[in-house]
Amino acid sequence: MTMKAPIASESELRSTVLELLSQVAPDSDPNAIDPDASIQDQLDIDSIDFLNFIMSVHERTGIDIAERDYTKVATVNDCVRYLAGKAG
Amino acid sequence: MPSLGADMDAGRLLEWYVKPGDAVKRGDIVALVDTDKAAIEVEVFEDGVVGELLVPPGEKVPVGTPLATILAEGEPVGAAPAGTPAGIPVVPEAPTVPPSAAVPERPATPPAPAAAAATPPTAVAAGTAPPSEAAATAVAERPTVAERAPAAPPRPHATPAARNHARAEGVDLASVTGSGRHGVITCQDVEAAAAAQRAPTAAPGAATKPDRGPEEPLRVRASPLARKVAQRLGVDLASVPGTGPHGEITWHDVEAFGGPLPSAPEPRPAARPEPVGPPAAEGARPTGATPTAAREAAPTSDERYAAMRRAIAAAMSKSKREIPHYYLSQRIDMSAALARLEETNLARSVTERLLPAALLLKAAALATHDVPEVNGFYREGGFEPSDAVHLGVGISLRQGGLIAPAIHDADRKDLDTLMADLRDLVKRARNLQLRSSEMTDATLTTTMLGDQGVESVFGIVYPPQVALVGFGRVVERPWAEHGMLAARPTLTVTLAADHRASDGHRGGLYLSAIERRLLKPEEL
Repeated sequence: MTMKAPIASESELRSTVLELLSQVAPDSDPNAIDPDASIQDQLDIDSIDFLNFIMSVHERTGIDIAERDYTKVATVNDCVRYLAGKAG
Repeated sequence: MPSLGADMDAGRLLEWYVKPGDAVKRGDIVALVDTDKAAIEVEVFEDGVVGELLVPPGEKVPVGTPLATILAEGEPVGAAPAGTPAGIPVVPEAPTVPPSAAVPERPATPPAPAAAAATPPTAVAAGTAPPSEAAATAVAERPTVAERAPAAPPRPHATPAARNHARAEGVDLASVTGSGRHGVITCQDVEAAAAAQRAPTAAPGAATKPDRGPEEPLRVRASPLARKVAQRLGVDLASVPGTGPHGEITWHDVEAFGGPLPSAPEPRPAARPEPVGPPAAEGARPTGATPTAAREAAPTSDERYAAMRRAIAAAMSKSKREIPHYYLSQRIDMSAALARLEETNLARSVTERLLPAALLLKAAALATHDVPEVNGFYREGGFEPSDAVHLGVGISLRQGGLIAPAIHDADRKDLDTLMADLRDLVKRARNLQLRSSEMTDATLTTTMLGDQGVESVFGIVYPPQVALVGFGRVVERPWAEHGMLAARPTLTVTLAADHRASDGHRGGLYLSAIERRLLKPEEL
């Protein structure tokens, strides 16, 4: 399906990540996030919220973030880099 | 008005999902009610046909006030769905508009108790008593909620995620064309539909998402519930001032902006003479008796937080005043459980991944089979054990306060189901989309502060329950066994329990039963 086509630009990946975070933490402001600081700390989300986020990334991009890789997606910038690497 | 928790004494009806004449079945969601904590979807507790809606949207009434009458199947009064009696115009397109008969009287009539007195004998009164009998309302699924499909045609095929997404975006699934296998609607389809909805002028069929400049805001910041309410009221979110965190629009804002006026047949904001300014600030609220005081202004988020604090204060004070607590704690070796989890997750895709929480909940639920004294209610001077195990899960809300909705029959669910339920519950709690049964049914509550790094937590029992189980964080600790010392992942589980219902000895057996099960994770 066309949906699984690689997501082209980094800016698109970034806006996808921010949008999915806003779904997990509906009462927070993803645009105010420091892209180099821990997502979990800033949004005050717990492990279940984080799993929901990982799952929505998988659903949207088809990319499966392994449990051992969670530390590689801890910040928005890390996450975008990780996804770009997987999608490329 | 059902009691949706020990700390609730009144509720505001936000929306009816049914109208007179609708057939309802036990468990159907019939109304949306605002408590001090959240908007809760109220389920009906018996089968029948909706007779009359007694409380109009927007009105706040005390717990125990009848919300609607339910007629038994075949009962003559108003049983005919279409040709409703007394010339009540039932507008099929506007199911949330109550019968006009109920409306004109409203300003003149004092809100709740009078309505209750005037209620015909068939009225099902909601008591403060057992919550399971409390909510007497009505039923059939209405298309007002995006997620719910129209009554007759079958639900559109869509993935659960797509459904959630559609609900969040206010997209009607029936209008979405599925591109997945067998025409199943996927999340991407919903996103495309939502994008088209947001920008109706955009080129149709554009499968790619609209490109946004980096400076452009993603979109108007509003909670999913706010979007839903806005869609129903025909309010343009862009013109609503938000009072939530970072200016997010909450549903209260939407309501304050274009509140539910049951008598207004025209749900368009333009037709409404209401001020377009921001909702009245706390100080600016009129304090004198308003003639039409029946409907209160929607609370601001500060007022809401204050209300939640008061609700928590009331329930916890009551608990500490009445319940003689005793506390126990036990450290458990988690190596077997974690190894099992790791092994399981390794072979699984992200969608099937388990967290330790699933194991903990299952162990806590199963252990009640060994020690039933911790599962049930203490009411009217006696302990009533519960056969079912509905496990309340404490969830802290980011906007402050906490809520403890229940996972039903946790002892009978497998780990995958429990995990899915837990994720769903947390997601809905975040969006304040919980159901009445989840708020009232818990027979035992758990709290997990492990994510916050807390090693052990001693809770306060939530009345009328008789115990609260606390799980801390998994920490590596020295562990001596068979004369050998090793570093093991450990977890401290605690029990706060009502001494009127059980003694420390039995409580200790309960914690041991949890430990025993976590040491044999393959049997969970």
